[in-house]
Amino acid sequence: MRQFSKLEQRLLNEFQQGMPLTPNPYADIAKQLGIYETTVLETLRRLQTEGVVSRVGAVFRPNRIGVSTLAAISVPQSKLEESAAIINAFDEVNHNYEREHQYNLWFVVVAADEDRLQEVLSEIEASCGYAVLDLPLLNEFFIDLGFDLKWT
Amino acid sequence: MDMIKDSAFELALIEIIGKGLPLVNRPYQAIAEQLGCDEIEVIDGIKRIIMRGDLKRFGVVVRHRELGYRANGMVVWDIPDARVTEAGHCIGQYSFVTLCYQRPRRLPDWHYNLFSMIHGQDRDAVIEQVGFIVEKCGLHDIDHEILFSKRCFKQRGASYQCKPEQNSQRIATHG
Repeated sequence: MRQFSKLEQRLLNEFQQGMPLTPNPYADIAKQLGIYETTVLETLRRLQTEGVVSRVGAVFRPNRIGVSTLAAISVPQSKLEESAAIINAFDEVNHNYEREHQYNLWFVVVAADEDRLQEVLSEIEASCGYAVLDLPLLNEFFIDLGFDLKWT
Repeated sequence: MDMIKDSAFELALIEIIGKGLPLVNRPYQAIAEQLGCDEIEVIDGIKRIIMRGDLKRFGVVVRHRELGYRANGMVVWDIPDARVTEAGHCIGQYSFVTLCYQRPRRLPDWHYNLFSMIHGQDRDAVIEQVGFIVEKCGLHDIDHEILFSKRCFKQRGASYQCKPEQNSQRIATHG
C-alpha cells in the first residue's frame, strides 16, 4: 500500500457520508478542505483509478430497495470455483465471498420480492447441488457512519 | 409528477446514485441531463430518498482491501434470545465493527444468531478486536467463530467493496 497524502487521507475519511446536496458539491468539499475544486476532483479521480475509492455515491440500507438475504453453502474445495460461477451468474447476487468455515461460500441475494428471492435460492440449490442456508436480516444494531480509517 | 412517474423517476435515481456520481463540477446537473429533468429535481429527489431512510450513507465509498485492511472477519455469535438486543447494541457501537445484524438460527445446521463484520489490517488485529468485544460486552460465555474472508468472487453496489479476483471474474463470465 502506498502512502497517502494528508489531503487524500482527509478525503477518504471525512467524506464517507453527508455528500452536499448543492449544485457544486465538490466545491463545497474543497471549501471545507481549503483547496480548489479541481484538486478535489483530480484527487478523487486518481483514487478511483487506483481502486482505493469505489465511487462517490449511495450505500443503501438492506431491505429498503427490494428484499435481501445472506446465504451460504458448504462446498468441497474442488467444487468451489464452479459453484461460485453458478452463483455469480444470477443478477440478484451482489456479493459472493469464500470464507474459512465448513460453510465456505457466502453470498447476498437481493430480489424485487420474496417470491423471486426464494426462486433464486432454489435455483442455486438445484444447480450447485448443495443445501442453501437462508439467513435473512431480523434486526439491525448498527448505524453506519462510515469506517474510521486509522493512518499509521 | 404523478405517483407512477414519480416512483419510476426515483428508481432511476436510486440506480444512478448507487453506481456513483460523476466526478464533474455539477454532478446533479449531469444526472439531470441523463434523466431529462432539472438539476433541482435530482437534488430534491435524492433528499426524498434520504428522508425516507433508504440510505446508510451518501459520500466517498472506500475499498478496505486497497487501503491495507486486508483481513475481514465475519464474527458469528450464538447469543441467548433474551440477551441478543443488548449484545447487538454493545457490539455495534464500535467503529471497527462495520455491520451488526441479528439473523435466524437454522438448527441443527446453524446455531449462530448475531453477525458482526470486522475489518482489520491483519488477522491478529481482527482477533484482538474480537477479544476486546468479548471483554467489553461481557460475552465470555458466548460461543462464537470468526469466518475470515478468503477470495472475493463478486461484489457490487455495496458498502464494503473489494475487487473481485481476476480469475473468478473470468470464470463468472463463462458461467
